[in-house]
Amino acid sequence: MIGLVALLGQTAPVDTRIPVPKVDWLAVGPEVALIATAMVLVLMAALNRGRRDLSGIYLDVGLAGVAASGLITVKLWSIVVSKGAAYQTLSGMVAVDGFAVFARTIILSATALGLLVAQGYLRREQVEGPEYHALLLLSASGMLLMTSANDLIVVFLALEILSIALYVLAAFDRKRLESGEAGLKYFVLGAFSSAVLLYGVAMVYGATGTTSLTAIADFLAQNTLFSSGLLLAGFALILVGLGFKVAAVPFHMWTPDVCQGSPTPVTGFMAAGAKAAGFAALLRVFVGGFGSYAVDWRPLVLVLAIASLLVGSVVALVQQDVKRMLAYSSISHAGYVLIGVQAASKDGVSSALFYLLAYTFMVVGSFAIVTIVGRKGDRRHSLDDYRGLGSRAPLLAAAMTFLLLAQAGIPLTSGFVAKFNVFEASVQAREYGLTLVGVISTVIATFFYLRLIVVMYMTDAPEGSEEADAAAETAGGRPFALDPATALALGIAVVATLVMGVAPGYFLDLAGRATLLF
Amino acid sequence: MAFPYAAALLAVPAAGAAVTAAIPASKEKAVRAVSIGFSLVALILSAALLVDFDKGVAGYQFVESKVWIKPLGIHYLMGVDGISLFMVVLTGLLFPIAMLASTHVGKRVNAYFALMLVLEAALMGIFLSVDLFLFFVFWEAMLVPMYFLIGVWGYDRRVYAALKFFIYTAAGSALLLLGILSLAVLHAKAPGAHLTFDLRTLMAWKGLDPNTARWLFLAFGASFAIKVPLFPLHTWLPDAHVEAPTAGSVLLAGLLLKLGAYGFLRFSLTLFPQASVDFAPLMLTLATIGILYGAIVATMQRDLKKVVAYSSVAHLGFVVLGTFALTTVGIEGGLFTMVSHGLTTGALFLLVGILYDRRHTRQIDAFGGVWKAAPKLGGIFLAVTFASIGLPGLSGFVGEFLSLIGTFVVHRPYAVFAAAGVILAAVYMLWSFQRVFTGEPTGENATFADMNRLEMATVLPLLGFSLFLGLYPKPLLERVEPSVKALIAHVESRSDYQQPKVVELGPKAVASSKAGAK
Repeated sequence: MIGLVALLGQTAPVDTRIPVPKVDWLAVGPEVALIATAMVLVLMAALNRGRRDLSGIYLDVGLAGVAASGLITVKLWSIVVSKGAAYQTLSGMVAVDGFAVFARTIILSATALGLLVAQGYLRREQVEGPEYHALLLLSASGMLLMTSANDLIVVFLALEILSIALYVLAAFDRKRLESGEAGLKYFVLGAFSSAVLLYGVAMVYGATGTTSLTAIADFLAQNTLFSSGLLLAGFALILVGLGFKVAAVPFHMWTPDVCQGSPTPVTGFMAAGAKAAGFAALLRVFVGGFGSYAVDWRPLVLVLAIASLLVGSVVALVQQDVKRMLAYSSISHAGYVLIGVQAASKDGVSSALFYLLAYTFMVVGSFAIVTIVGRKGDRRHSLDDYRGLGSRAPLLAAAMTFLLLAQAGIPLTSGFVAKFNVFEASVQAREYGLTLVGVISTVIATFFYLRLIVVMYMTDAPEGSEEADAAAETAGGRPFALDPATALALGIAVVATLVMGVAPGYFLDLAGRATLLF
Repeated sequence: MAFPYAAALLAVPAAGAAVTAAIPASKEKAVRAVSIGFSLVALILSAALLVDFDKGVAGYQFVESKVWIKPLGIHYLMGVDGISLFMVVLTGLLFPIAMLASTHVGKRVNAYFALMLVLEAALMGIFLSVDLFLFFVFWEAMLVPMYFLIGVWGYDRRVYAALKFFIYTAAGSALLLLGILSLAVLHAKAPGAHLTFDLRTLMAWKGLDPNTARWLFLAFGASFAIKVPLFPLHTWLPDAHVEAPTAGSVLLAGLLLKLGAYGFLRFSLTLFPQASVDFAPLMLTLATIGILYGAIVATMQRDLKKVVAYSSVAHLGFVVLGTFALTTVGIEGGLFTMVSHGLTTGALFLLVGILYDRRHTRQIDAFGGVWKAAPKLGGIFLAVTFASIGLPGLSGFVGEFLSLIGTFVVHRPYAVFAAAGVILAAVYMLWSFQRVFTGEPTGENATFADMNRLEMATVLPLLGFSLFLGLYPKPLLERVEPSVKALIAHVESRSDYQQPKVVELGPKAVASSKAGAK
C-alpha cells in the first residue's frame, strides 16, 4: 500500500504540456534557405503569370539560394570545427557537427552545378520555367537534412523530401516517354525502399526503445541484449533501404533505367546528390549510431561493397549507351565509398566523405558533357554518337577524357586521391581482401572508360556527320553549343577535379576534421 | 644551395608540353622546333647532372624535399643516385632523338609532341622519385601519354595494342598500389612511426614480418614483372612495340621496359631484401626462360619489328638475371645492359622505321639486297646489329658479360643456359640482316633511297655512345658502383645471404683461389 502511494507520488506531478523544443534556426538554416528560395521561385512564376520572360532570372535566384545556404554552412563550420563545439539541437533531432557541414558542402556543390548544367538543357528543350529549379532546391533541402539527421525518423523524413522531388524531376521531360517511365520506376522502387527502411526503423525502435541515434548509441554501448535478432534485422532493413538510395548491388536494379530515362542534368544531380545524402545517412546511422555493433554489420557492408564494385564495373563493360555506362560506373563508385563505410573508423568516414566530394565534380561534369552531346531531344547517347568527338569538338572531348580518367583513378586527378584514401582506410582496418577487390575493379573499370576515349579519339567520325554538323550550324547554332552556364559548370568541375588531384592536402585536412558528433 | 636538377628536369618537359599544346597544329614547323627545343634543354640538364654527380657517393644526391599532401604524409621527395643517374641521362638522350625521328606524324602534330613531352616528364619523375607515393603517381601518369601515342598515331592494330598495353600495366600498378599502401600503413602502425612514403625511412624499418614481406614482394614484383616484361607476362610487348609509331617503339623499348628492372632494383631489393633472396631462384628461372624464349621466338618472326621486339624480351632477361644474381658485378651488368639496350634497340627501331617509311612493309620477305641500294643504311644497320648482339668492343657485350659473370659465381646453371641466349641473339639478328640486306636487290629494293642527314643524325649518336661505352665502360661503372655496393650491403645486412667474397676481386681472384685450394 505504501509502495503504491509512493509510486503514485512519483508520478503525481504529471506535466501535460507537450515540450516545445527551442528551435535553433541556424542549425537548419541551410535547409530553410533552400526551401525559401524554392517558394520564392514558385511564387515568382505564379504572380508573374507569363507576363514577362523571367527565364533568365530563375537560375540567378536559385544560385542565390544555394549561396545563402552555403554561407550559413560556412558559419556552422566555423562554430563546430574551428571552435570544436559540435552539438545536437531540436530535441536531439538534428546534429550539428563537422560531418554534417562537410556533407552539406558536397550537396550544395552538386546543387549549384545541377542548376548551372541544366540551363543549356532547359533552353534547348524549351521547358524554361521555375519548376526545375524549385524541385531541385526542394530535393536538395531533403538531402541537406539527411546529412544532419540525428534521429531515424528524421532520416526517413529527409529521405522522403529528397525523393519525392526527384521522382518528379526524373519524369520532367514530358516529351520523352522514357522520362516518364524512369519517374514511375524510380517512384515505385523508391517507395518500396522507403517502406523497408521504415520497417527497419521500427525494429530498431523495438530493440532499443528509441529512434534517436545518440540514445541508440548510448543504449547499445551500455547494455547487452539477450537476443539481438530484432536489432540485427533492423540493421539489415535499414541497410537495404539506404542501399537502394546509394545504388549498392543488389539494390541497384533501378539505377541504369532511371539514369538512362531521366533528363541528363537530373541524372548528374541524382548520381551526385542523392548518393552523397544516402551515404551521409548510412555513415551517421551505422558508424555513429550502430558503431558498437560494427562487428555485426561490417560483413554485410563488405558483401555489398564487393558486389557493387564487381557488378558495377563488369556490367558497364558491355553497355552501348553512355548514360547506362555511367550509371553502372556510379554503382561501382558506390562500392568504393562502401569500402570507406566498411572500415567503420574515423579514417573510413573522412575518406568516404572525400570520395563523395571528388565524385560529385567528376560525375556532374561528365553528365554535363553527356547533356551537350545528347543535343536537342536528349537522345544521342549511344557510343556511336561519340565517334570522332576528338576532332568534332576537341575541347569537349578533352574535358570528357580528363573526367573519365579521373573516374578511372589516374593520378593527378581527384579520383586517384579519393581511391587512394579509401584504400588506405581499408588497409588500416586490415581489410586486405576488400582492398584487393577494389583495386581489381579499378582495372576493370579503366577498360570501359578507355572504351569511350577510344571512340572519341581513335575512331573516325561517322559518315556524313561533318555535313550534318555543318548543316546544323547553318540552321542555327553550333551542334555542340555550350551554354555559358553549362560551360561554367563544366569548367568548375574540371578545375575542381584537377585541384583536388594535384593539391588535395587542404581538402583532405577538411575531410579529416569533419568528424561525427559521437 | 645546389641547382634543383630534379625540379628542373620535371618542369622543363612539362612546360614544353603546355607550350607545344598551345601552338595550333597547322604550324607544324613551330610545333616541332619548340618541342624539340624543350627536350634539348632537358638533355642539357641531364648532361649537367651527369657532370655534377659526385661519383664517390652511394646515397641520394641533389635531394629536394617538400611536404605535398600533409594529412597522408606524402612528400615531394626527389633525388638521384648511381642507379637512377643513367636512366635519367638515357631519358634525356632518347627523347630529342625520338622526336627528331617523328617525321611522319600526320594528324594533330601539336598533341603528339605535347604528349611526348608529358611522357618525358613522367619518366623523369619515375626515375627521380624517392617517395613511393610520388613514384606511383608518375608511374600511372606515364601510362596515359603512351596509351594515346600508340592508340592514335600507331599502325593498323593500334587500338587493340594500346588497350592491351594499358590494361596489363594498370593491372600491375593496381597491385603495386596495394603493396605500397600496405607497406606504408604497416610501418605507420609500428611504435613511434607515422605515415610516410619516404623510401629511405621505409627501407630502414626492420619490423616487417617476413611472411608479409614476401606477399608485398609479390605485389610489387607483379607490377615490375609486367613492365620488364618477364616471361609469362610479356604478351603485351610485341603488340605494343609493333603497333606503336617508330618514336613510340624507341621510347617503349629504350625506357619504359627499363622501368620494371629499375623498380626491382630500387624497391624490391631495398624494401624486401630477404624476400628478394627467397624469390631469387624463381626470378632467375623466369629471366633465363625469357632469354631463351625471346630469342627463339624472335628467330621465327617474319616481321622485322617483331624480331626486334622479341629481342627486347631476351635482353631484359639479362637485366633481371644480373639483378637477382645479387652480386655487385651482376647488378652492374644489369644496369649496364639497361643503358646499352636503350641505345642499341632504340637505334634498331629507328632503322626499322626507316625501312618501313621507304617500303610501307616490315615483312622480311619483301626486302633483299638493300645494302647495295643503300650502303649507308646497310653499314649502320650492321653496326647496330653487332652492338645489339654483344660483339666485344660495343656496349652490348659489356653488359651481358658482366651479368653473366655475376650470375655464374653464385648460380652457375642459370648462367650456362642464359649464355646460350647470346648465341641465339646472333642467329636471329644476323639472319634477319642477311635476308634484308644481302643478295641482289629486286624490284623496289633496287631503288631504295639511302639514309638522309636527319636519319643519320638520329641513329649515329646512339651508335656512337654504344661504341664509347663498349670500349670504355669505366665512366658508367664507376658512378654506378658505390650505389650498387651499398645496395648489396643493405641486402646482406637484412638477410641470410652473403655475396661470395671472390666476386669483388674479379676473375683473377677466382684463379688464385682455385690455385690456393690445390
